Amino acid sequence: MADRTYRAAPADALRIEPLGELTAIFDRRSMQTHLVVAPMPQILDAMGADACNVADLAARLAAAFDLDAAEDARSILAERLAELATMGLVARA
Amino acid sequence: MRHQARIAVGPVQFRIGSDWPEPIAALERLYADYPRDDARPADATVRLFAARPWRRWVRPSVHIGGDFIVPDALPLPLSMGLLAAEMGMNLQVALGWRRHLLLHASAVARDGRALIMSGESGSGKSTLAALLGEQADGGDWRLMGDEFTLIDPVGGDAFAFPRAVSLKNQAIAEVAARVDAARLGPLLAATPKGDIRHLVPRADAIAAMHEPARPALLLFPRFGGETSVERMGEGEAFVRLTEASTNYVALGEAGFAALTRFVRETPAFGISYSDSAAGLALVGQLWAEAAR
Amino acid sequence: MSAVQIFVDLLAGRRDAAALASRDWDGVIGVARSEAMLATLAHRLERAALPAPVAALFADQRAAAKVAQAQALWEAEMARRALAPAGIEFVLLKGAAYAAAGMSCSEGRQIGDLDILVLASDIRRAENELLNAGWEWVKSDPYDDFYYREHMHELPPLIHKTRDRMIDVHHTILPRTHRITPDALLLMSEAVETSSGFRVLNPAAMVCHCAAHMLADGDLQGGLRNLWDLHCLTVGFLKDDPDFYLTLIEEAHRHGLTNVVRRGLRLANSLYGTPLQPYVAPLMSSFEPELADDFYIRRLLARDDWGRVTRPLLEQAFYIRSHWLRMPPAMLAKHLWTKWRKG
Repeated sequence: MADRTYRAAPADALRIEPLGELTAIFDRRSMQTHLVVAPMPQILDAMGADACNVADLAARLAAAFDLDAAEDARSILAERLAELATMGLVARA
Repeated sequence: MRHQARIAVGPVQFRIGSDWPEPIAALERLYADYPRDDARPADATVRLFAARPWRRWVRPSVHIGGDFIVPDALPLPLSMGLLAAEMGMNLQVALGWRRHLLLHASAVARDGRALIMSGESGSGKSTLAALLGEQADGGDWRLMGDEFTLIDPVGGDAFAFPRAVSLKNQAIAEVAARVDAARLGPLLAATPKGDIRHLVPRADAIAAMHEPARPALLLFPRFGGETSVERMGEGEAFVRLTEASTNYVALGEAGFAALTRFVRETPAFGISYSDSAAGLALVGQLWAEAAR
Repeated sequence: MSAVQIFVDLLAGRRDAAALASRDWDGVIGVARSEAMLATLAHRLERAALPAPVAALFADQRAAAKVAQAQALWEAEMARRALAPAGIEFVLLKGAAYAAAGMSCSEGRQIGDLDILVLASDIRRAENELLNAGWEWVKSDPYDDFYYREHMHELPPLIHKTRDRMIDVHHTILPRTHRITPDALLLMSEAVETSSGFRVLNPAAMVCHCAAHMLADGDLQGGLRNLWDLHCLTVGFLKDDPDFYLTLIEEAHRHGLTNVVRRGLRLANSLYGTPLQPYVAPLMSSFEPELADDFYIRRLLARDDWGRVTRPLLEQAFYIRSHWLRMPPAMLAKHLWTKWRKG
């Protein structure tokens, strides 16, 4: 599958509250609450306002996380991005 | 409708209409000592009605309706009209109330601070709250409600919904032994929810029903099994309370803000207990720690 | 004075809310709830002098409606995310369209399912893309499914598996079997874009659809709300264009909806005071009342102050009428027979 490009929800659309081991994300556009664990909040944070594909994201996260075996990390990131898209927290750019 | 009553429980003014006099008479007796303001417009409407006109007399069965209706709800026989009224009132609040975050939880308060207990029916949350509200020694707990606890989205305080407590099965005898019989409703035997008998809260609890209390302790009781106490993280408490709330989604960001604040400020525990005495002891111990 | 009449008068601005007796509010609120218009009334009376408990209840309703509307519009956004990459264009209909276009009737308006219009030639692809994006069939039996696909103007409803919300995908605005057949291609090609980036029907078509939805398509359920939509839309469009009625009648004529639109406007006028503007030139258009109007009005106002429908026989007549309008007689007989047999 092609490396799709996504953009995260604008920062002012989200209210992010860490609750112990979970992070609660409230989306003001959908009025939905999403409960997520790492690395979801980190992915959103790393994307910022830019259009990102998996390769960009892997590069940005490599600094914060010890991303080994590039292929493996990329397929995981692609899955997480698809999940974030299902939640509506990222959209195809 | 032919017969009607107006009852205020906490912040909710009910208008209850019925095709039969009996459920209204039973409600009027049970809620005789609640403050009344008959001129105040109703927040919620409950209707107890016969599906067909002749069903008022022939094998009368009570359908529950009102502002909100559950399409496939089964009717109850007229002898259980009081239960139908109670279910109707709960239904309207659960589906219609928007002023507070509504938690399916019992609550008691002392010194302006609230102990809130959330759980499915059968968890014992209702019985524990009723027993705390009746405790003879140091009985300064105020019963706030056995079914719903209301959280103010702005200030975070808990507000009471002290409807008549719905005692079920074994809890009936346990509580009846401690209270004046005049505070008990009629025994409704073999209802779809088992045996039921209503308990009117103490007069001081009814008088104080508009007073807020600060949430201080959140418990998720489980009746049966070894006594145990387990601290619950903010995340898990949050998830369980969203499931225990009937209007969390409808409140939008106000509900989110109220609930995140609630779980951050209120220590939460899951507790298991084998009988009421053990349950009350656990609650006492955890309250002493939380209230310090 | 019946509660439903007071309710209608309050919406129309013919009655002062401050002059109501405290106990009148029970009936008004009961009727408003059963018409799913309590938040609409709450908006209409936002600046009125109200008893404190009513003011508090109305504030709750306004806040809740705002949340519910955002949730409903999010469905439109998710439909766009599902359909846009495949190049499938769609037009929002009904509640979501009014909200997206910022029409005044959308204040406090309850929005149920998301209704969208796509070109008939796109309908299979739209179905596929939605299924790929997490919508699924509401469980239905094969007869209902067959009936929808063959004879109705929409796919069988789809529901999103995690958000639990329904979408109705239409390819025309009235059933194919209906004796009136509005031109869907025209509606799509002349749609306009809102500032939020969604496409909605152009003003005249929007009013036509609103009237058709209530009078040609339905059994008058929710009639007071539909007429309120019609009233607000018309008043709003008249502000922008004093000759809006000319465009409207022309548009109605194109879709074979002249009588439906005229009746809708007469009913809205009699309930809410919608201005009626007859023309003799360049088009001939009048609003002479018809005998059946009274029948409709009685049906629309058939509620007691507990919110109950008071004329079951009238209701039944309208149910049969609504099926009659949709189906040729032989098909109606077959449909009812199938329904009866299944009990």
